[in-house]
Amino acid sequence: MAELAIELTGVNKYFGEVHANKNISFAVAKGSIHGIIGENGAGKSTLMSILYGYYQADSGSIHLNGQEVRIRNSHDAIARGIGMVHQHFMLVDTFTVLENIVLGAEQGVALKQSLAAARAHLATLNRDYGLQVDPDAIVGELGVGEQQRVEILKALYRGADVLILDEPTAVLTPQEADDLFRILGLLKAQGKTVLLITHKLREVLDITDAVTVMRAGEIVGNVVTAEVGKEDLADLMVGRKVNLQLDKTPATPGKTVLQVSNLSLTDARGVKLLDDVSFELREGEIVGIAGVSGNGQSELLEILSGMREASAGSVRYNGTELTTLQACEPKAAAYRRLGIAHVPEDRSREGLVKDFSTFENAILGYHDDPAIQCGLLFNRKAIIERCRRFISEFDVRPANAFRRSGLFSGGNQQKVILAREIDSDPQLMLIGQPTRGVDIGAIEFIHKRLMALRNAGKALLLVSVELDEILALSDRIIVMNAGRVSGELPAAQATATELGLLMGGHK
Amino acid sequence: MSQPSNLPRWATLWLMPVLNLFAALLVSGLVITLIGEDPVECLQLMINGAFGYPEGIGYTLFYTTSFIFTGLAVAAAFHAGLFNIGGEGQMYLAGLGVTLVCLGLDFLPGWVVIPLALLASMALGAAWAFIPGYLQAKRGSHIVVTTIMFNFIASALMTWLLVDKLIMPGSQTPATRLFAESAWIPMLHELAANLGIELPQTPLNATFFLALLALVLFYLMVWRSRWGYALRTVGLNEKAARYAGMPVSKVIIVAMCFSGALAGLAAVNELLGSTHRMNLAFTNGIGFVGIAVALMGRNHPFGILLSALLFGALTQGGLDLSFEKPAITHEMIILTQGLIILFCGALENLFQTPLALAFKQMTKR
Repeated sequence: MAELAIELTGVNKYFGEVHANKNISFAVAKGSIHGIIGENGAGKSTLMSILYGYYQADSGSIHLNGQEVRIRNSHDAIARGIGMVHQHFMLVDTFTVLENIVLGAEQGVALKQSLAAARAHLATLNRDYGLQVDPDAIVGELGVGEQQRVEILKALYRGADVLILDEPTAVLTPQEADDLFRILGLLKAQGKTVLLITHKLREVLDITDAVTVMRAGEIVGNVVTAEVGKEDLADLMVGRKVNLQLDKTPATPGKTVLQVSNLSLTDARGVKLLDDVSFELREGEIVGIAGVSGNGQSELLEILSGMREASAGSVRYNGTELTTLQACEPKAAAYRRLGIAHVPEDRSREGLVKDFSTFENAILGYHDDPAIQCGLLFNRKAIIERCRRFISEFDVRPANAFRRSGLFSGGNQQKVILAREIDSDPQLMLIGQPTRGVDIGAIEFIHKRLMALRNAGKALLLVSVELDEILALSDRIIVMNAGRVSGELPAAQATATELGLLMGGHK
Repeated sequence: MSQPSNLPRWATLWLMPVLNLFAALLVSGLVITLIGEDPVECLQLMINGAFGYPEGIGYTLFYTTSFIFTGLAVAAAFHAGLFNIGGEGQMYLAGLGVTLVCLGLDFLPGWVVIPLALLASMALGAAWAFIPGYLQAKRGSHIVVTTIMFNFIASALMTWLLVDKLIMPGSQTPATRLFAESAWIPMLHELAANLGIELPQTPLNATFFLALLALVLFYLMVWRSRWGYALRTVGLNEKAARYAGMPVSKVIIVAMCFSGALAGLAAVNELLGSTHRMNLAFTNGIGFVGIAVALMGRNHPFGILLSALLFGALTQGGLDLSFEKPAITHEMIILTQGLIILFCGALENLFQTPLALAFKQMTKR
């Protein structure tokens, strides 16, 4: 066996009564790309935080290059050659690439000297790893893919031999992801070790040499990538047989429910967030909106759900013009009354109140429903009953209506929101990122429910940054880029490559 | 990156406040030792002054009544995510409402004047809170800043009114004339006497029962009605409130009015229950103590009842103590109050980490 870069033996971590990491042992060979996969809450992030010094393990040992080490904080980790690329970049937008890279690693008093020395060093790194980043560019003006490369450069500049990447492709187009993988390949060729945390099985199969699979805080498999398939990994992650294939019958679209015409949105600085967007949505079909995050999809959902006013254009819903609708209540409430349900993109910040008990979140947005009032007060029994019904119909775990929503996993939170919105029997369902941060078992379930809703003749508008999800669910796909519709095509004819090009605005 | 709390719920709810209180008393004891008094004896005197004899209890409960109202006022705003520092000013203005009704209408029978005075107190308290609420909701002016400013405005306004307009003709003290007896809220010892029970004379009056009722109503409104549901949603997560179609600005404004009305009722306890006239100093910091009461009571009616009782006892016991021990001045009592606020409010989580470690040791065994 090759030399080991990292070896963990019997690592345990508790948070109160929660055993977040149970007896974790695994080894990563030097100069390899090692994947760590697992559902949300499986303990991947905790494990990486221990490696990077944010948390201390309660027991167990860590060996780096054969030597036992204690990593007390992230400074320690950096000094020992561990670099981390976070999912949310830690960059100062108004600084140049060079300034960002030197930040926190300046030498001496004079910044100018540090910068000059850094510039030379950077040029070598840039050349060796084919990163192609302009050191004088302002970070805020770079694309997401480039910003990520700046993060990688930052880690390399600090002398990282082991690079941890946390869900690196979550914000990238397929083409950008391919670029990243090419760079990771180069890093590996130069003898660096890469730890890739992800929940995307395809990536793991494409680029890793070995995979560690985690479930419920434990390691359930250490496998060589070449010897396993997608289904094997999925089964390991979930702990049971998973059906990744969705039964999709051909759609039978009925009358038009939603007609969006020339919709535009300009923000206070004059930036066009939505630019002349038009499409229609009919009963019994799912229209998927594909695009890299931040290309106007969120704003579109906000306008359609009444949370934001459009600057221009029209939205007709069952013949009613929504943009000029007169109501004495906020638009979001008025739209909901008309039969538009909304599963928001940012589940934990919009879709529910984390500090509420689940039964309280089960009525969010429907708190005026006469069925749950009893004179001036709530009919608490009816609310709890309703929540219990949601919990049993959607298999929410643990089945406790009084537990605080924030304590549930992402998938179970999403199930409560979905149950609530489906229960209102909407005609139009707006869904943003239905499975972001949701474990595979729940994804399967959520996709089935959405498909059932479509088969029951509802109109569904699905916004997702996961291409696989868009392709699996949609009947028609609309691609958005920079606030515009850059393409519309039937799902049956769409391929990931074609969508990727449209998402990048290359067509 | 904050780690999830490792403490069981009961420890957070009960053990921590008690420990905080104990720490505050400990530091107070140190100060008392420094000025050459015996802290244990002082504590005994204080407890005895607050609960040791019927009159003491009466005074304690009288102070408790006002603190319940101002504590609830702070809690009401807090649940909507607002920090209302303006209880003092709102109570002041509410006192004006009570006074105007009484000065103008106290020839009428009590069953007319008293309800009118109650309404006036709530209306003016609410009106004084409405303006900061409106500015917060529509203009984004920070509620903490505006409510503090409004305390000063209220104070200046009342000084002018009392010195120039409402003062009793021919008098030198800035106070109104005595209200007619019909407008007085019955004292508890009077009510008890009707039932044949003899109680000592204290300012404790029927407003105390109104305060208890307010605690129950507060619970029902905030936790069991859709109005309170919207209030708490706005307070905990404004984005979710917008998603749910709640009129956020309106909720904020109404919450402030509710808060101001509650603070206003404290003026009723003082004016109609005890002094029966308005003077310059009748608010006496009660509005500010409400902040501490709400903080310590975790903004829950039951907690507010307990912490209002604590501060009531501190006020009464402290007064008794300063009679017995001239070295312990009124300022010492304020110092103790301040320490309690410091430990229970600002240093709320002081003992969390050591406690969590202790629990971990215990569970390991």
